[in-house]
Amino acid sequence: MTAVIKVKKKNREFLLKTEEMSGEHITMCEQCGICTTSCPMTEDMDISPASIIHLVQIGDEGVLDSTAIWLCASCYTCTVRCPRGIDLSAITEALRQQTLRKSIDYIDINSIDRKELEELPAIALVSALRKYTS
Amino acid sequence: MSQNIGVYVCHCGGNISDTVNVDEVAKYAENQDDVVVVRSISHMCSEEGQKAIIDDINEKGLDKIIVAACSPQFHGPRFRKVVEKAGLNPAMVEMANIREQSAWPHFNNKKAATEKAKLLTKAAVNNMRDMEPVVPEKMKIGKNVLVVGAGIAGIQASLDLADSGFNVYLVEKKPMIGGHMAQLSRTFPTNDCASCILSPKMADAAEHPNIHLYTYSEIESVEGTIGNFRVKIKRKPTYVDPKKCTACNSCTEVCPTLVPDENNEGLALRKAIYLPSHIAIPHSYVLDEDSCLGLQPIACGKCVEACEANAIDYEQKPKHISVKADTIIVATGFDIFDAKRKPQYGYGRYENVINALELERMIVEAAEGSPLRPFGKKVAFVQCVGSRDVTVGNPYCSRICCMYATKLSMLLKGMIPDADVSVFYTDLRSFGKGYEEYYKRAQEIGVRYIRGRPGEMYENPKNKKINLKVEDTLTRDILDDDYDLVVLSVGLEPSKGTKEIAQMLKIPQSSDRFLQEAHPKFKPVDTAIDGVFIAGTAQGPKDIPDTVAQAGAAAARAIRLMNKGEFEMDPVKAFVHEELCTGCGDCVDACPVSAISMAGSIATINPPVCKGCGSCISSCPTEAIDLKLFTNKGVRDKISGILEGKKSGENRVIVFADDMCTYRLADGVGTAKMEYTSDAYIVRVPSSSRVTPRILLEAFEKGADAIFIGECEKAVSPYPDTHGPIEMSIFAVKKVLEKAGIEPDRIIFSPFVTVMFKGFVGKVNKLAEMARKHGNIPEEKRRNLVKMLEEVDR
Repeated sequence: MTAVIKVKKKNREFLLKTEEMSGEHITMCEQCGICTTSCPMTEDMDISPASIIHLVQIGDEGVLDSTAIWLCASCYTCTVRCPRGIDLSAITEALRQQTLRKSIDYIDINSIDRKELEELPAIALVSALRKYTS
Repeated sequence: MSQNIGVYVCHCGGNISDTVNVDEVAKYAENQDDVVVVRSISHMCSEEGQKAIIDDINEKGLDKIIVAACSPQFHGPRFRKVVEKAGLNPAMVEMANIREQSAWPHFNNKKAATEKAKLLTKAAVNNMRDMEPVVPEKMKIGKNVLVVGAGIAGIQASLDLADSGFNVYLVEKKPMIGGHMAQLSRTFPTNDCASCILSPKMADAAEHPNIHLYTYSEIESVEGTIGNFRVKIKRKPTYVDPKKCTACNSCTEVCPTLVPDENNEGLALRKAIYLPSHIAIPHSYVLDEDSCLGLQPIACGKCVEACEANAIDYEQKPKHISVKADTIIVATGFDIFDAKRKPQYGYGRYENVINALELERMIVEAAEGSPLRPFGKKVAFVQCVGSRDVTVGNPYCSRICCMYATKLSMLLKGMIPDADVSVFYTDLRSFGKGYEEYYKRAQEIGVRYIRGRPGEMYENPKNKKINLKVEDTLTRDILDDDYDLVVLSVGLEPSKGTKEIAQMLKIPQSSDRFLQEAHPKFKPVDTAIDGVFIAGTAQGPKDIPDTVAQAGAAAARAIRLMNKGEFEMDPVKAFVHEELCTGCGDCVDACPVSAISMAGSIATINPPVCKGCGSCISSCPTEAIDLKLFTNKGVRDKISGILEGKKSGENRVIVFADDMCTYRLADGVGTAKMEYTSDAYIVRVPSSSRVTPRILLEAFEKGADAIFIGECEKAVSPYPDTHGPIEMSIFAVKKVLEKAGIEPDRIIFSPFVTVMFKGFVGKVNKLAEMARKHGNIPEEKRRNLVKMLEEVDR
C-alpha cells in the first residue's frame, strides 16, 4: 500500500501565541529528548514531552488535543534538566490555557455533593475553578 | 603659531561630486583660518592627486594636509605615506570622510550632503590645527620565549620556535610532558596510536638544545611586558636525581603507600614513588611528597635503602628559577568536565558508568596486557555530557566528543567483535577532514547511532547493570534497556591552570571561560596583551590537528615580533600632562591592563602595555591624561567644527564611533548607500571610552541636540572592557541633564559589530527624530552643564 503523506497547513500564529503566553523561546528547543525520559508521566502520555514542543515549533494546533498536556504535573524535572534552559512546564501550561480559554465545559461547583467536595484534593478544586477566571 | 594648511577636495570620479557640490566645499574651505591652499581634484588617490600634495608641500610650504575624500580606513595609509615622502610627519594628514559619510548615504539630498561635507571638512581643519607630530616608539626585543604547558600545543610551539633559532623556556606542571594526548589510545580519523606519534615529539622537545624544559614546575609570577617579561618559576622537588636514576623500579616495589594513579584516571593505584607513565619524558621516577609517608628515614625510608644508584635524596628543596622572556605562549589546555555535576547519570555512584578518558586508559592498558577493568558486551555512549548544556554553564560544543566516541566505539568493536555499541547523540558533528568518512566507517562495522539524550540512569543493585531510558527522537519510541557499561562523553573545560594564568597575565576570558583571542577571525592566536599568544584548548575546545596548527601559528606570530630585533609600537597611547596631574591615582584603577603606575605623586604610563583605549581619560578629574593622535583638544576641536555657526532649528547629532566597529560599520552603511539622517555627524575615536563626561556635556553646551555613542561589542573589541567606563560616563551625563531639566534620552549608547547596518541606521534615525521632537535645547538650560558636573561629582 502506498503511504499518503498529508501536508497540513501549519499555523505560525499558534507558535507565536504559545511563545507569548509561556514567555519561553520555543524555537530554541533542539529536540534532544532529555525531557521525555526525565518526565515521570511519559509512559501514560499519548505523545512525548519532546513531541509536544516539536508540534508547537511547527505550529500544529493538533497538540491541543493530546492527553499529554493534561498529564503534565508541573514537577519541573524537565525544566531543571533542559540543556537549553527551556521551561517546558510553562509551555504545557500555556497550551492548557488555550483550551481552557475556549470554555468548552466547566465544573458547576454547586452541583458537586458537599461530602465529595470535602474529600476532593484542594489542588483539584483550584484547577477546576481556574477555568472561570482564565 | 602660523600654519599652512592645504585642503584637497576629491570628486572620486563622480562618486562624491555627483552628490556633493565640491566647488562649494572648496570655496568654504578657503574661508577657514590658516588654510592657504585649496584644490579640487578628480581623483586624489591618483598619481596626479598625490603629486599635487607633494608639490604644494615643497613649493608652498604646507605643513598640514586635509584630504576631503573617502574613509581614512580606505586611503588613510596611502596619504600618510604621501606626506611622509614630502618630509612631513605622517600624523600631519587628516581625511574628511565626505564619501562614505556624506555623498553616499545622503545621495538623495544634494543640499544636505554638501552642507555636511563642508562641516566635516571644517572639523578636520579644526582638529589639524593643534595636531602634534607623533613618532612611534621602537623597542628592542630579544629571542626568548616562555611556553606555558607542555601538552601537544606547547611541545609543537616550542619545537617550531627552537628550530627557528629562538630560545624556549617550556614549563610543565606535571612531572612528565605530553599532556592529555599522552593518555589517549588512538587518534581519529586515522586510528594511529597516540603515544607512538607523540613520543618522538616529546623526545625532540626534551633533547632540543634551544629548549629549556622545566617539568613539575609552576609559574609563580610574571611581571613586565613584551620584550621584558620577568618570569619566576617554581620547580618542585622530585627527590630523585634523574641523572643517577636507572629506572630499575626497585623503589616502587618496596614503597608501602598506594594512591590513585592520575595517569590512569584513578582506575589503578600507584605508589608514592613512581614513574608517571611508561612513556614518561623525562623518564625518571618521582617521589610525590603529598602521599609519601614522611620524607624522613625514621618514618619509612624503604626506597632509599632499595636504591642502589643512590638517586633518592630526601633533602631536595623547591628551586626558584628566574628567566627573562620577550614573548609568551600560553598552552595550558583543558580539564575534562566532572560528570558528577550531572547527578542523574550516576557517575561516581555506579561502578559501570565511566567517562571517556577512563575508557581510553582501559583500552591502552588492555592492549598492553594489564586490563584495568572489564568492558562488558553491551555498551552505551552518552554524548554532550557537560557540553551544549546551560544547566552546567557550558553552552558551547566541545567539538571532539562525537569523533572520540566514534573512535572508542570502533576500538571496542575491534577488541570485542560481538560487542553491541550504541551512541546516543543529539547532533552528530563530523566536521573535520576525513571525519565524515570515519563516521561512516563506524556505521559500517555496526556501531548504532541513536538520536536522543537520556534523561536518567539507574543501577540494578543485583547485577550492577545500568538501566538507561532514552527517547529515540526520530521514531518517538522510548528505548528502555540494560547496559554492561555506560560511557559518558564528557566535554572540555578550561583547565585550572588556564584560569590562573589568565589572571596572572590579565588575558581576557570569553564568556565560556576559555582564553579570548584578539580577533576571532584575523588574530586567532593573539591576545589583548601584546606579546602574549595562545594555542590549543586553552583558547577553546579543539582536536589534535587544529591544536597543532594553532601552535604553529602562535610560534609564527611570536617569531614575527621577535625576528627583527625591534618592534614599532602603535602610536595611539595615553600620555600624562604632568603639570595637571594631582596624583589622585583614579587612573591606576581605571586602566584595564595595569599600564599606569604612580611615580611619586604623578601618574606614569608604561607605553608597551597601554592599549590606547582611553578608559583612563574618563576617570581623570583634571584631564591630565590624554591620548596621542586623539587628544582631548583634538576631539573638542572637531566637535566645535561641527557645531559652530549652527542656526536655531537645525538638528545635530554627534556620533562617537570607535575605530574598530562603529566607524567601519558607518563606512559599510555608506558604501551600501543606505540612507540615514544627515543630522548625524561622526567623530572617530579609537574607543568611545576616551570620550569624557566633560567633553559630552561641552558638546551639549555648544549646541548638540543628541549624542550617540557607538562601541564594539565586547566579544570583538580589540580592548579589554570598555563598556564599563562608557556606561559610567553616560550615567554621569544623564544625571546632569536631568538636573538641568534636559531630556536624558538625548544620549544613548549602543554596542555594534561591523555588520549591523540596519541596527545602526535605525538607531541613529530614531535618536535624531527624537531630538527633533524635543527641539533645540534652550540656551539657558545648557549654559552651565560642565559646572553642574562638578557639583554632581561632589
